[in-house]
Amino acid sequence: MEKRPGVFSGKVGLAFLTPALFFVAIFLILPFFWIFYLSFTNRTLTGITAANPEFVGLENYRRLFDLDQWMRYGQFGNALKITFQFVIGSALLGQAVVGLTVAWAFYRRKGLLREVVFTLAVLAWIIPEVVVAFAWSAFLDVDRGTFNAILSAVGLGKPDWLFDYPLLTIIIFNTWRGSAFSILLFSSALETIPPSYVETADVVGASAWRKFRDIIFPLMRGHILTDLILITLWTFNVFTPFLLTGGGPTYRTELVSIYTYRTAFKFFEFGRGGAIAVVMMLINFTLAIGYLMTLRRQKAAS
Amino acid sequence: MAKIQLEHITKKFGELTAVDDVSLEVSDGEFVALLGPSGCGKTTTLRLIAGLEVPNAGRIFIGDREVTGLPPRERDIAMVFQDYALYPHMTLLDNIGYPLKVRGVSKSDMVARVSDVATELQIGDLLERRPGQVSGGQQQRASVARALVHQAQVFLFDEPLSNLDAKLRLEARAFLKHLQQEVGVTAVYVTHDQAEAMALADRIAVMNHGHVMQLGHPLDVYRRPANTFVAAFIGSPPMNLLPCEVDIQAGKILFEGDRALDISGYRERWGGALKNGRDITLGVRPENISISATEIPGSIPSRVYVVQPLGGEWLVVTQVGAELVSVRLFQDEAPELAEHVWLKLDLDRTFLYDKNGDLLQ
Amino acid sequence: MRDYESTFSKVILVLFSMACMAFFALPLLWLLTAPFNPMTTLAVELPDEPSLDNFRTVFKNEFAIRALFRNNLIIAGGAMLTVAAVATLASYGLSRTRIAGRDILVYVLMLFSSVVGGTAAMVPLFLLAYHLKLIDTHVGVVLVMTGGLLPAAIFMMRDFVDSIPRSYEEAALVCGAGPLRIFRDIAFPLVRPGVAVVAIWAFVNAWGAFLIPVVMLRSPNNMPASVALYSFYSEAGTPVHTLVSAYAFLYAVPVLILYLLVNWKFGFRFFGGIKS
Repeated sequence: MEKRPGVFSGKVGLAFLTPALFFVAIFLILPFFWIFYLSFTNRTLTGITAANPEFVGLENYRRLFDLDQWMRYGQFGNALKITFQFVIGSALLGQAVVGLTVAWAFYRRKGLLREVVFTLAVLAWIIPEVVVAFAWSAFLDVDRGTFNAILSAVGLGKPDWLFDYPLLTIIIFNTWRGSAFSILLFSSALETIPPSYVETADVVGASAWRKFRDIIFPLMRGHILTDLILITLWTFNVFTPFLLTGGGPTYRTELVSIYTYRTAFKFFEFGRGGAIAVVMMLINFTLAIGYLMTLRRQKAAS
Repeated sequence: MAKIQLEHITKKFGELTAVDDVSLEVSDGEFVALLGPSGCGKTTTLRLIAGLEVPNAGRIFIGDREVTGLPPRERDIAMVFQDYALYPHMTLLDNIGYPLKVRGVSKSDMVARVSDVATELQIGDLLERRPGQVSGGQQQRASVARALVHQAQVFLFDEPLSNLDAKLRLEARAFLKHLQQEVGVTAVYVTHDQAEAMALADRIAVMNHGHVMQLGHPLDVYRRPANTFVAAFIGSPPMNLLPCEVDIQAGKILFEGDRALDISGYRERWGGALKNGRDITLGVRPENISISATEIPGSIPSRVYVVQPLGGEWLVVTQVGAELVSVRLFQDEAPELAEHVWLKLDLDRTFLYDKNGDLLQ
Repeated sequence: MRDYESTFSKVILVLFSMACMAFFALPLLWLLTAPFNPMTTLAVELPDEPSLDNFRTVFKNEFAIRALFRNNLIIAGGAMLTVAAVATLASYGLSRTRIAGRDILVYVLMLFSSVVGGTAAMVPLFLLAYHLKLIDTHVGVVLVMTGGLLPAAIFMMRDFVDSIPRSYEEAALVCGAGPLRIFRDIAFPLVRPGVAVVAIWAFVNAWGAFLIPVVMLRSPNNMPASVALYSFYSEAGTPVHTLVSAYAFLYAVPVLILYLLVNWKFGFRFFGGIKS
C-alpha cells in the first residue's frame, strides 16, 4: 500500500471511525480485560458470590489444571485432549487435505463438475449450523438414517455412530462442514501459479504426482501454512458439534468450547468460566500471532 | 526426420474460430516464424503443435508420426514460453535439468549435461542461483537451455523475446538464430514483431483471423506481399497503399483528384488479371519511390506534407488527394523540396490488389 | 477438462467428483424429501404423495413462526444494517484520512477478534449485557453480534474502499463539499457492491447464529429460529420429524436463495475473499 496523504483530516477520519471504535471498545476490548479479572474471582450468577464476588487468586486455574483430576471425564484436561484430537483430525487431516485434493483436482478446469462440487461444499458451509446438525442427526440415525441404510446395503451393518464413535463422528462432521473454506483458499492460491509452469512440466513429461510434488506444493507452501493456522484457529473455537452430541455421551466429545459453555452457562460459574476463557484466549493468541507472522513472511517473499 | 505437417487444422473456442483450416509444412531443420497481430491464431497454432490444445478438425504430424491425439510429453517437443516458466523455488541447475530428472537420469549425469549446455549459453557459472537472482536475459537463456537439455526434435517458441528490453532483444535474436543453425533443430517461432520474424526465419507464415495470409521466404514476403494485410504488416515503415481505379484502355491508373499514373508500358504485366477495375489498391514500398521536382513519365503529382529526419535517412510524407504517401530518401543532406513534387514509382515493385485485398498477377 | 489428458485421467476425475458430490450431498438429502412427506420417517424416501401438509402444520405453530419470521429477521436484519453501516463508515474513515499505522490497526483488530472469539468471549459479554440490562433483548443480541463481526467486515470493506480513486473526492473537495456529503454522494454509491457483500455476509452469519442468542435470550418469545429448531429436536422424547424437517427447511431456504443470488452475480470470488 502506498502511503498517500489522506483526503480528509485526522479529525474527520476519527469521526467516521467513532461508531466502530465504540463497538470495538465495548464488545472486544472490555471483555478482553474483564475475562482476566473474572478469572481471578469466584463470581457466579446467583447466590452470595453473585453480589459479592471474592478475589480468589489463582484458585480457578489451580482447579483447572489439577493434574490428579483433570483428565477425568468432564474435566478440563479431558476437554483439552479431546479438542486436540478434534483439531488434528478435522482441521489438519480433514479440511486441509480435502481442500487441497479438491482444489488440485479441479485446477484449471471449468465446467459443470467443478461448479457442482464447489457449490455443494459451500452449501455445507453456509447452511445454518442448527439445520446442519439436525440433518446429520437424522443422517446418522441407527435404524433408518441414510448413512446406515447405505452401509447395511453393502453389508457393513448399522453402527451406532453417535454412541460408539462420537469423536470420530464429530471429526468427520466438522471436516464436512468446513472444507469449503480450504477448497476455495487453495483454489485461489493455485490460480496464482502461471499456467506456463504447469505446461512446461507437461511438455517435459512430468506425471501428475511429479508436478504436484516438484512444482505445485513448493509454490503453495506459504498458503498451506496460512490455511492450516486459520482453520486450526477456527476449529479450536467451533461450537457446532455441541448441536450434534451435546458434548456426550459422557463427555466424550466435550470440546473446550463446550466445556466453557457448560461451566459458565449451565452452572453459571463465571469465575471458573473466565479462567477457561483466558486459557482459550492464550491459545487463540498464539495461533493468531503465528498466522500474522506467516503472512508477513509470505509478503516479504513475494 | 523431424518435419512438421499440419493438415487442415481447425480450432474453435466456443463461437470463436481461432485457427481456420490451416495447412502448413515445416521441413526438417527449418526455422518457421508464425507472425501476426494479437488474436490472429499464431499462439493457438503453436499450442496445437505442442499438444497443449486439441484441434477440432485436421491432423498433425511430427516426423513421420501422426501426433494428433497425443499429449505433449509424447510428441518429442521442447517449448520455451514467453514468461520463461522458470520455477522460482529451484536453482537454475534444477530448472534446466528438470527434463532429465523427470526421465530418471542420474544426478551426476544430469549435472554434467546441464553444465555443458549452460556453459555454451554463457550461464555456466550461474547454476547455483535462483531465477530471481539473475537478469532477464540470463533467465531467457536458462529457459532455452532447458529446451536444449530436453533434446527434442522440435523446438517451439512462444514470443520468447517479448519480455526483454530492446537492446537485449537484438542480442538475443542473433544468439537464437546462431544456436538454431548450429543445433540444426526444427523450430516454430511465434512473434508479433515483424522485424524479428524477418531476421530469424527461413520462412514466415503471416497469420490473421486464424488464416495463413502468406507463407514464404522473408524476402519474398517482403518484396511481393500476397495481399494488403501482409503488405501493411511487414516492413517498417509499411508499404504505401493507395485506393485507385484502373482504366486499361487508356493505360492509366487514376487516383483521387484526377491524378493519373501512366502505365501504358506495363499493360502486359498486369494484363491478364486486370480489366477495368474500381476499388483497386495500389501498393508500393517507401524505398521504391523517388521524388522528382518536375513531371516525368510514370509519376504522380503530390504535395509535400512533412519531412522527418530518421538519422541515416529521411522520411518524406506527401499527400496524394486525401492519402498520405511515405517516401524514404537515403541521403545525408536535408532534401530541398518545393511544395509540389512528383513521385516516381518503381513500377517493377508496384503491386495492385483487388477489392478483397488479393494480389492481381 | 484439459484437452490433452488421457481418457483414464478423465474417468478418474469423474469418479472423484462423484465421490465428492456424494460426500457433501448425502447428509442433506433427507432434508430435501422429509418436509414434503406427511408420513416421513428418518429414512430418505420419496413421498408417495408429496404434499405441503407439514408446512401447513408448521405455520400453525405460533412459537415457531414467530421465531423464524419475526425474531430472525429482526436479529439478522439488525445485524446486517448495523455491521454494514459501521464497517463502511469505519473503513472509509481509515482509508481517507491520515491515520498512522492504518494497516497495523486493522490487523490488530482482526487479531483481537480472533482471540476474543467464540465461547471465550461469551462469558464476559453475558455479564456485560446483564449489567446493561440487555439480557433477553434483541438489541443486545444485535450489538454483541456486531461487535464480533465488525473487524472482519472492516477488513473486507477495505479493499472496496481503497479501489475508489481519490481523484473523485478531491474534485468534490475543490468544489467545496464537506466530508459527509462527499461520503454520501460520491463514495457510497461507488462502494455499494462492497457494502452489499458485507451486508449479505453479516446477514447470513447472524441468521444462522446459535450461541449468542441461546446465551443472551431467556424468553421463548424472543428466540430466533436456530434456538427454536434446536429445542424441537433436542428436547426429551422423539421429535416430530414431519414438522421439524419442514421447519428446518424453511429456515435454511433464505440462505440458499441468497447464495444462488450472490453466486450468480459475483461467482466464487465472494467466498474466497472471506478469511478468518
